Amino acid sequence: MAAGLVRSGLAGCGQQVSRLLRRRFHRSAPAALQVTVRDALNQAMDEELERDEKVFLLGEEVAQYDGAYKVSRGLWKKYGDKRIIDTPISEMGFAGIAVGAAMAGLRPICEFMTFNFSMQAIDQVINSAAKTYYMSGGLQPVPIVFRGPNGASAGVAAQHSQCFAAWYGHCPGLKVVSPWSSEDAKGLIKSAIRDDNPVVVLENELMYGVPFEFPEEAQSKDFLIPIGKAKIEREGTHITLVSHSRPVGHCMEAAAILSKEGIECEVINLRTIRPMDIETIEFSVMKTNHLVTVEGGWPQFGVGAEICARIMEGTSDTPGTGQGLAGAGLYYCPGNLGVVSPA
Amino acid sequence: MSRSVPSTAAQPSPWSRYWCSSYGSLNKMLLVVSRMMGSASPKPAGEVLLAARNFVNEASFDIKKCALHRLEEGPPVSAVLTREEGLKYYKIMQTVRRMELKADQLYKQKVIRGFCHLYDGQEACCVGIEAAINPSDHVITAYRAHGFTYARGLSVREILAELTGRRGGCAKGKGGSMHMYTKNFYGGNGIVGAQVPVGAGIALACKYKSTDEICFTLYGDGAANQGQIFETYNMAALWKLPCVFVCENNRYGMGTSTERAAASTDYYRRGDFIPGIKVDGMDVLCVREATKFVASYARSGKGPILMELQTYRYHGHSMSDPGVSYRSREEIKEVRNKSDPIMLHKNRMVNSKLASIEELKEIDIEVRKEIEDAAQFATADPEPPLEELGYHVYSGQISFDVRGVNQWIKYKSVC
Repeated sequence: MAAGLVRSGLAGCGQQVSRLLRRRFHRSAPAALQVTVRDALNQAMDEELERDEKVFLLGEEVAQYDGAYKVSRGLWKKYGDKRIIDTPISEMGFAGIAVGAAMAGLRPICEFMTFNFSMQAIDQVINSAAKTYYMSGGLQPVPIVFRGPNGASAGVAAQHSQCFAAWYGHCPGLKVVSPWSSEDAKGLIKSAIRDDNPVVVLENELMYGVPFEFPEEAQSKDFLIPIGKAKIEREGTHITLVSHSRPVGHCMEAAAILSKEGIECEVINLRTIRPMDIETIEFSVMKTNHLVTVEGGWPQFGVGAEICARIMEGTSDTPGTGQGLAGAGLYYCPGNLGVVSPA
Repeated sequence: MSRSVPSTAAQPSPWSRYWCSSYGSLNKMLLVVSRMMGSASPKPAGEVLLAARNFVNEASFDIKKCALHRLEEGPPVSAVLTREEGLKYYKIMQTVRRMELKADQLYKQKVIRGFCHLYDGQEACCVGIEAAINPSDHVITAYRAHGFTYARGLSVREILAELTGRRGGCAKGKGGSMHMYTKNFYGGNGIVGAQVPVGAGIALACKYKSTDEICFTLYGDGAANQGQIFETYNMAALWKLPCVFVCENNRYGMGTSTERAAASTDYYRRGDFIPGIKVDGMDVLCVREATKFVASYARSGKGPILMELQTYRYHGHSMSDPGVSYRSREEIKEVRNKSDPIMLHKNRMVNSKLASIEELKEIDIEVRKEIEDAAQFATADPEPPLEELGYHVYSGQISFDVRGVNQWIKYKSVC
């Protein structure tokens, strides 16, 4: 479907199509290591638990069940009750407890069985975690990771299929990452755990079992992917496809199909939703002049809408521009309110 | 507590020490003599007598018995108060009282804006708790936080400057009334009840790190009906967290009285499987002894415990609430006349010769001066600069830009 959209987008252009050498990713020496996203996450958490004893994991079924989706398999056996904690079904309660533990100096990983359930605890994520460093004038950091599967799975119906990238991506003080490949998963969650800020890690259930080539550098215990940097998965010249999480795979498939017809897509894997690497997208769009955003969330007020708005603002002949609250917390001091809101 | 009060009294004479209780015979004798010399309250002649008599070093008082839930024994029914402690508690309670009244004044002058929830009437709670815990213990409370903020170590200057939103405020003017933090004090929280799981999390960290620290997690009678509190009771009990849940029951959640909000107003029992005690929150000694008791319980590894403090606020819910549409002026007056915590403490001190009225008046003058100076500072200090709007979005981050109201305005963000 993505390929169809792109095709129709380019049809009336009359542009010259020139072929560039497609840069090859994920090619390595013959006996390449294949690791699933699940195993990459498991490995990352294991390494971080070992490295820093302030790190611990809590959530429903993370310990004795080995994780609802087996992401934390083996960790309870290795680290025990103190560091891998099964919670009752009390999202608001245990998310708040995790935030408190982070404020008091620990580094919790708080798992939501799916991010749909995080809605019950969203006040703790936003008001207790995200805003605190700002409101305290820099006195109280909250080094916490909220992780779990996000977005649609297979046949789980509406209540269990919401993508939260746009909701969490809206809030200053939070960092939000959305890995696609195994390498993404490992590098991003390690960075998230080592980050002193609240980080939301939006995984994807359907990706857990998908194997990817794991480059050698990703096998290191200190392999980190910087939060806030997108990756160009595939270079191209005719059109830019921007995506995050599972749809990156769809974009790659579409790019492969279109390539046979002479259309070279540049596929950008956002990796981070907030802070978003808009420069990489801008640079790409300046090259290709065409943009399609692909995501698993609803279009209205979504990640794609944000990208389009920013691209529109960024180009010199843009018809419109966005106005909104300044993208920091809301300063308590009343004198500034007139300046920071677009009244 | 870390505050010290300079002692102005003469050395206590040996024969008046220890066995001098509130209504001891020696006191009665001296009172009679003093009256004979001039009037009921000490005048110059009486002063000479007092000076000659000296103060007692400590005195013992009967305090109200606490109702118990799932406990065989409770806190003691008598408390010993030393002169030094008495003066300390008096000064701190008076400072909190005057600070809150000053905040009221500044609010009406529109120097303080936004939310302002005042604590006057409840001073015995924060002072009594702080008197019984260590600085290394942890405290988290809700939005009616100025009393605890002071008790935990921030100065009146920093608090008032935060209320007026100036850069000299403890949160640099970015937090305001409900978001003040200092070491082992986690605010000041705006969302009703949200601080309770957070407090249990702090307790979890204490247990995880194998310290003997505990966390006092406070909430009000209104918040006591929040679901997340019951989720927290469950986990705290399950995991035996060193958490003391404290319900400051001031009889009203905003404008809704306890009877209209709760099917069970026995807040000390609402923890169900968690033991609880009900305490007279207007008596600083009662609060102190109860806190010693619950702190010892929490430190023992037995798990959480709940303490309900029955207290009262004179002001309305916040500065936008006159506080008389849902309760009568007579009720407020009655509490002020019969149960004011500062008055009760003062009477105890004076009647038992732990201090004189003059001495306490001197403390009042000192406190008034401190508050005036702080208010001056809070009014004159400049607001935080607009350039710093984007600061402290992220911790530990290299500098980056934060978007302003449109794409052409950027603020530097520094952590």
